[in-house]
Amino acid sequence: MNHSRRTSFLLLFALLIPFALRAQVTPERLLHASDEPQNWLTYSGSYASQRYSLLKQVDPSNVKNLELKWVFQAQSLQKFETTPLVVDGIMYITQSPNDVVAIDPKTGRAFWVYHYATSPASRPCCGIVNRGLAILGNSLFMATVDAHLVAIDAKDGHALWNVKVAEPGAGYAMTMAPLVVKDKVIVGVAGGEFGVRGFISAYEAGTGKQVWRADTVPDPDQPGHDSWRGNDWEHGGAAVWMTGSYDPDLNLTYWGTGNPGPDFNAVQRVGDNLYSDSVLALDADTGKMKWYFQFTPHDPYDYDSVQVPVLANADWNGSPRKLMLWGNRNGFFYVLDRATGKFLAGQPFVKVNWASGLDANGRPIATPQPPGVPTYPGIQGGTNWYSPSYSPHTGLFYLSIWEDYGTIFAGVNAEFKEGTRFTGGANTSPIPGADNPGGVRQGPINTYTEALGTGGVVALDPQTGQKKWKFAMHDVNTSGILTTATDLLFVGGREGYFQALDARTGALLWKQNLGGEIIAGPISFQVDGKQYITIASGNSLFAFALRE
Amino acid sequence: MKIPWLCSRKLLLCSIVSAVLLLRGPAAHAQGQDRAPEYFQSDIQYGAQIFATQCTACHGTSGDQVPGVNFRAGQFKRVVSDNDLRATITNGVPGTAMQPFAFGASELTGIVSYLRNMNSFDARGSIVGNAGRGQALFTGAGNCASCHAINGKGPRVAPDLGDVGTLRTAELLHRTLLDPAGSMLPVNRSVHAVTKDGKVINGRRLNEDTYTVQLIDEQEHLVSLTKADLREFTVLKTTPMPSYKDKFSAQELADLEAYLLSLKGVK
Repeated sequence: MNHSRRTSFLLLFALLIPFALRAQVTPERLLHASDEPQNWLTYSGSYASQRYSLLKQVDPSNVKNLELKWVFQAQSLQKFETTPLVVDGIMYITQSPNDVVAIDPKTGRAFWVYHYATSPASRPCCGIVNRGLAILGNSLFMATVDAHLVAIDAKDGHALWNVKVAEPGAGYAMTMAPLVVKDKVIVGVAGGEFGVRGFISAYEAGTGKQVWRADTVPDPDQPGHDSWRGNDWEHGGAAVWMTGSYDPDLNLTYWGTGNPGPDFNAVQRVGDNLYSDSVLALDADTGKMKWYFQFTPHDPYDYDSVQVPVLANADWNGSPRKLMLWGNRNGFFYVLDRATGKFLAGQPFVKVNWASGLDANGRPIATPQPPGVPTYPGIQGGTNWYSPSYSPHTGLFYLSIWEDYGTIFAGVNAEFKEGTRFTGGANTSPIPGADNPGGVRQGPINTYTEALGTGGVVALDPQTGQKKWKFAMHDVNTSGILTTATDLLFVGGREGYFQALDARTGALLWKQNLGGEIIAGPISFQVDGKQYITIASGNSLFAFALRE
Repeated sequence: MKIPWLCSRKLLLCSIVSAVLLLRGPAAHAQGQDRAPEYFQSDIQYGAQIFATQCTACHGTSGDQVPGVNFRAGQFKRVVSDNDLRATITNGVPGTAMQPFAFGASELTGIVSYLRNMNSFDARGSIVGNAGRGQALFTGAGNCASCHAINGKGPRVAPDLGDVGTLRTAELLHRTLLDPAGSMLPVNRSVHAVTKDGKVINGRRLNEDTYTVQLIDEQEHLVSLTKADLREFTVLKTTPMPSYKDKFSAQELADLEAYLLSLKGVK
């Protein structure tokens, strides 16, 4: 090779290096995902799970000029709960049951579709759904409803490996997006309505080999076992069905756990039933638990605490502190110290009558209601799994809520039989005699809200726990939330409207009727200089950007 | 005052004879459940009537003719909960003489209520409702037909009652006739709206969301309103429907309820 040819080659090589590197999602890039606002590299946008975008093209002055750019119609009539990933100009989504689709984010056209054949033994409790993916290198990772973890080549959609995480016939399922930390893929298992024994487990990203497993219900040799009686722990639930968060400085990964089993007949499981309805802080390398905090001990209400842990660094009583913000299904908003798990503050954000408050350690002061009297919040909670958002710019925590929604709880004896439902409840929600579908809306008609409750978005000040503002919705709110550096807040809702609010005041700035229930979180990304916002509604994914 | 219920489906097709118990009796308790469901006398009575026409050929009038099953004694082969009972009636039991029955929700509520209370139920003293006389009251003295249509025939100011016998239990119909406002379901609420230019719109709400409401107005127009365009918007919890508590005798109420229960919609 002569000198000039060598020079040309080196120049070409130097030009290609950034693109070659750019095609790889390294652990380092995931650590700083927020610094790549043109991408959306993890389920919650970053390890802190704030769902906060630094993009500024769309702002309160021009948001009214958002227009629909494309629609992707999922080949499924199941609930569409996906949050896309956007990686260097390619979007990746999941559609039911466990398909992965690579999409051009400028046009909505698909590059490829990966079909995963789910086992007929799978039996997810609440819909054949999937909420999204994780990525590392050129590999996408998907957790399946039949409790497998699959790695897929991001270039062509071919499977790279497939490992069984748990036994689907026993009621285990997975619906969450995995979390990649360093070289590991971390997932949790659903199945709290089938009396599974929950766990979180980590796998080598390259091979699928299990690296560690953290049980969420302790066996007789593990700490916390004395919170159970007899063999109740063997089907104690504490499933993990939403994606966790990660603090790289502490090397701790945080995961919320679900209800104990059986869900409602708490007399069958004496004790606090650790580590149900808790947040667990695990060493990301070993899975060893550093601390836990239980939100609802001995829960008879199905108050899953699987909400995505939101991590924020802010002053607390005048000193910088590593905080964890948590709007819980049980109706209380918590602030924890995420280094130690110490309870710092907690206040109700909706009507609550199952507890009169929280004590100095954050333990609820239980006030169980008499038989036949509604408990607030009801089964679906004051919120549920819908991703909240935290804006470092406004310093506010934003949460989708169900307001004035109650249930008359009644436990009934439940016999555990592997693979069958193990809930132990004869509940009435919301009130006897009300002509409504009992909390799950079917179709486009809503004339029952007075009996069910209403919804909305609240902005909570973590420093005081007080509501800064509330945006009221006629129907309950099932949507995730996105905030941006221009103080915009995007949120959907069960009615099918997709709205932009002023994150500082809650004022409505823009709305679009998408016609289908929104039970997913919005994201933002930028391609070719244009900022997009997407949201899944009904059975389609909609992309918006400013009018040309 | 308790009255026997003598309706049969065959009779329902010609001159229908039904009965509704008018006094609220004691709620009874189910077996096999920690939380006792409530059973209402109107439902029990309705179930007794269905049982008499549909079930006695195999189970006998005392409910004890199938070996291993004795309804009065609460003895079942495989049923534990009320949901089990509903499922068994709806699906039948393969390989046995128990065939599937295509009952509606209100009929199932009645049958389950009756089976759970067969032991204590006393048919004597009940008032027998006559659906034919009830129909006459519906169009005549009750003035019901001035607001309600039956299968599209009549006004649309209030809900069409053509299938109310499948949608509403005997107990709920009874309570509605006595206390219309207190028993009115959210699905039937009326709305009152005034636009910013002063136009008044009253009607029956069909759908509502955060920003809009859809209704059928008093002139039977389908109307969709944007709330931001309204000066006044109220969802009413009152109803123009009168109470028949003092207007009708117990016999007349039984007749009217028997007629409403006979309305099963267009097949």
